[in-house]
Amino acid sequence: MAEKTYKWVGTRQPRPDGADKVTGRARFGADFDMPGQLVGKVLRSPHAHANIRSIDTSKAEALPGVKAVMTSADMPDMPDEMAPAGEVMVNLRDVTRNVMAREKALYDGHAVAAVAATTEAIARQALALIEVDYEVLPHVIDVDQAVAEGAPILHENLRTKNVDGAEDTLTNVAARIQFTKGDMDSGWSQADVVIEHAFTTKPVHQGYIEPHAAVASTTEDGQVQLWCSTQGQFNVRGYCAKLLGMETSQIRVTPSEIGGGFGGKTVVYGEPLAIKLSQKAGKPVKIVMTREEVFRGSGPTAAGAMDVKLGATKDGRIVAADLNIRMQAGAFPGAPVGPACMCSFACYDIDNINVVGFDVVSNRPKVAAYRAPGSPVAAWGVESAINMLAEKLGMDQLELRIKNAAREGTKTHYGPTFKDIGMAATLDAAKNSPHYQTPLKPGQGRGVAVGFWFNIGMDSSAACHVGEDGTVTLISGSPDIGGSRASLALMAAEELGVDYQKIRPIVADTASIGFNFLTGGSRVTFATGMAVVQAVREAIDELRARAAKLWEVDVEAVIWEDGCAKPAGSNVGDFEPLSLAEIAVNAGKTGGPINGHAQLNAQGAGPGFGAQIYDVSVDQDTGHVTVDRCTVVQDVGTAIHPDYVEGQLQGGVVQGIGWALNEEYIYNDKGQLENTGFLDYRMPVASDLPMIEPIIVEVPNPNHPYGVRGVGEVPIVPPMAAIGNAIAGATGIRMTDLPMSPPKLSAAIDAARVSEAADD
Amino acid sequence: MAKVILTRWLARQFTAGQIEHQVPGLTIRALARELEYRYPGIIKHLEDGVAVAIDGEIYQNAFLEKVEPNSEVAFMPPIEGG
Repeated sequence: MAEKTYKWVGTRQPRPDGADKVTGRARFGADFDMPGQLVGKVLRSPHAHANIRSIDTSKAEALPGVKAVMTSADMPDMPDEMAPAGEVMVNLRDVTRNVMAREKALYDGHAVAAVAATTEAIARQALALIEVDYEVLPHVIDVDQAVAEGAPILHENLRTKNVDGAEDTLTNVAARIQFTKGDMDSGWSQADVVIEHAFTTKPVHQGYIEPHAAVASTTEDGQVQLWCSTQGQFNVRGYCAKLLGMETSQIRVTPSEIGGGFGGKTVVYGEPLAIKLSQKAGKPVKIVMTREEVFRGSGPTAAGAMDVKLGATKDGRIVAADLNIRMQAGAFPGAPVGPACMCSFACYDIDNINVVGFDVVSNRPKVAAYRAPGSPVAAWGVESAINMLAEKLGMDQLELRIKNAAREGTKTHYGPTFKDIGMAATLDAAKNSPHYQTPLKPGQGRGVAVGFWFNIGMDSSAACHVGEDGTVTLISGSPDIGGSRASLALMAAEELGVDYQKIRPIVADTASIGFNFLTGGSRVTFATGMAVVQAVREAIDELRARAAKLWEVDVEAVIWEDGCAKPAGSNVGDFEPLSLAEIAVNAGKTGGPINGHAQLNAQGAGPGFGAQIYDVSVDQDTGHVTVDRCTVVQDVGTAIHPDYVEGQLQGGVVQGIGWALNEEYIYNDKGQLENTGFLDYRMPVASDLPMIEPIIVEVPNPNHPYGVRGVGEVPIVPPMAAIGNAIAGATGIRMTDLPMSPPKLSAAIDAARVSEAADD
Repeated sequence: MAKVILTRWLARQFTAGQIEHQVPGLTIRALARELEYRYPGIIKHLEDGVAVAIDGEIYQNAFLEKVEPNSEVAFMPPIEGG
């Protein structure tokens, strides 16, 4: 694609929602209130695994001020089959049990009942009056322990998919998946050097600052309005309709501003409960999770345990790659093991690949998506092993990656052959970066890793309404979690040729715009952006038609240029250009309002590749790691709004640094989560971080009118391995279990000292 | 003829392990119908709950998308994301 120059695309404009957010005026989920609303609270299981023999709510119901009490008995049970809900295929039997436990509580924090009362104090008192008769069962937390013989079984009905002869075997393994390419025996026979190692990660929470929050209001004729913090109001509508046996048109969902989601707000927790309680009480009900509830009751990302084996020739050509990865799904099947397997070796052109993945249930909250779900887990093992291979070969870590990089024509192990991709350009940019060209200081280590995400399209709708003064309202149904209002408005301004400030983008509720798939998978600027461009182009066609009427010429004789209708040529007539405002003010006389609409299933998302470089120092006494310098390089296609592209890159890195160095769920021997707050679940803060230097690579996606690929997923893929590689460089110690927290690294340093002393 | 690449699971279930197939078809729907003719029962696994890569580009809910005579069509697990 030839390089294009734009007036608005690629510029750094103020974000439309910025003023409200920095002044505290923006309304997040918990900020919404209704007159007469009740407080909804959820009773949660204190047991990691228990049969629920009975639930007695009579005392709670009798408490003055309590207006409604519900259990799973208030929602219909669902068949054990995959079904669409908001265009996501889900097992509704599992979803309804995750929202509220039925026969069993499957994790500490699992919802078992809920109340709605006039005050929070009464609601809490009512929860204490609900009597649940539990039969406590043995539990299992760790993924490899969950697949071991004799492990406690979570679901009597679960059988391993894709395995012959598994029909009669009780198991915690929900599925096995395998991808292969080439001939492994041939690959290993060519290898001069082989690396084989095991790696593990811990589940980590997305750590969004805003907790889950929902307000539901129902009417006597069955209509429901729901306000909530979500990445996908249409998906919430779909889930709630299915879980409560309603029609989607009866439920109107308005997304609030969102204080972070990162994938964690693509599912439902309190939303259907708030609706059901509101239906029972006849009043609005508001449910806001506490931070403790967010940790205990909402989905983190999956953890993984994996074995990685790589083989290479002496000159650094990787000829065989094998990955066996077990991923923890939490209490119900659905670990992102497919993406983990597919992403694992996607950055490389390797002839012989075998990847096997397992989806494993255990007594933890059901996992939810988290940026590039699955890919960071696989990358931790693969990218660590790549560096181990480089060390064994005596090659530069970046040169080894460049030598084996996926390029146009590389056939992936999961099927497709890559076309226009930016992996090589990304690695070149990393190699030529000021960071990589700068020598390390004494005591520092440098680590590199790469990452991949597919990026996705899916369904989007958009509308462009031209006001009577020539300003434009741009309507989408994609919650703005990363600056997408700004990027959509920039593309609209570019198309219309008007000032960016004349475009007001809004995020509409489910009754005010057509279906939009959720905000996730790095899809909005790509897919909703395509819908916006189409909608604006439809409006422009109408503007040309109105100008043609005013000039009494054929529409083909009118072009749209620099925000004005102009004659297509001198033979059309002597007409002064008509501005958007001049056409708009006459809209009533020329046919009525001027709008454009578009709806599409965006296809042709362009793969995203990234590379990251870290310099770290390690305190040899405490094991504390300081990230001294970090550079993040990524091919984003086209950076529509560079500030927010850089923000996505930096944000992903920060979350990755936390995943690498500190974050983990700590369970006691009863399977209860012990670190349910940000003091004990340590995420990085500004003082923990260096300036994160972004380098944007732009290899445009030919399938998007402005070349967009997507941004938000890839940056969280490389950090863990890159930091592990940097630690290895600084200390000579290869860490294989996340997080590489001070106690663990300190213990490893001590062990190495003991070993060295013994050798002496 | 387009080159169709099935997942290992589909190949094991329906095609005696054969992953690559040469299939005529102007669209994904036509191609899926032809595969159903050859391997009864496979179509429901090709039309729902899968993504398709046509010449390296991923399509979700692909149905009417065009397939060129020399296209590579790879069926793969669906992709969502965070």
